[in-house]
Amino acid sequence: MKLPVLAAACTGLFGLATALAFFYAPTDADQGLSQRIFYFHVPLALTSYVCFGWGAWKALRYLRTRDARADLESYVAIHQGVIFAALTLLTGSIWARISWGVWWSWSEDQLVLFLVLFLFYCAYFMLRFSVEPGPARANMCAVYALFGVVLIPVSFLAIRLSKRFIHPVVFNSHGPQMTGSQFLTFCVCLAAMLALFATLYSIELAGKRLDGALRELKELLA
Amino acid sequence: MTQSEKYTAAAYLVVFLAVLVYVVIIGSKLQRLQREVEQLVSRVRESSADG
Repeated sequence: MKLPVLAAACTGLFGLATALAFFYAPTDADQGLSQRIFYFHVPLALTSYVCFGWGAWKALRYLRTRDARADLESYVAIHQGVIFAALTLLTGSIWARISWGVWWSWSEDQLVLFLVLFLFYCAYFMLRFSVEPGPARANMCAVYALFGVVLIPVSFLAIRLSKRFIHPVVFNSHGPQMTGSQFLTFCVCLAAMLALFATLYSIELAGKRLDGALRELKELLA
Repeated sequence: MTQSEKYTAAAYLVVFLAVLVYVVIIGSKLQRLQREVEQLVSRVRESSADG
């Protein structure tokens, strides 16, 4: 899909998602208005999983083909994933403050595991920028990205495996625990976040490729 | 404005602000690339004028 079309779709979906979250979805009887944070918080977390998964897939492709483009795509996806994960932590922290009265709870497996996942991928950049560019760096980063993807199901399942938690479980074996209008709003918000990822990924990738091409041109002209 | 409204607005603003900051960073990077392209074009013009 072309970038302007993607950006327009993303803007439209974001406008619709915000309107649905505030004017269509019913107010939660228990949590009140603050429950509406859910419509951005959970899609942000799921999108970060998608970003890390996409980064791992591209890393696998790099290891199989040794194509430098796959390495760059893996890096950009992980960069996006870290941004989405940071936003998940921020919105979750705000929601925790209003719902639980604390900004953070170390006793919650889901929270701590998500933080571990976030820090693991933050360390990816330390690894990447501490090694000279080239095949050795690409190999190391690809292996690291593949290791990280193992944390995603652990993080996702932690809340379901944990016996003691205060973090709500909305999706369980009986399906989504919400009304039809809430589920529709959630789906639109998730689509908006995925569209945002696709747009930002395409923009950043295009910028990085242009940067690389310019550097090559400079070297040729020098 | 109640506490609940303030926190909910803050959570949504954080997301919109992050997207805005990202767009600003990408915009400044695009300007830098544009400057570099212009410099390269002028260098090529100079070298072709020199013969």
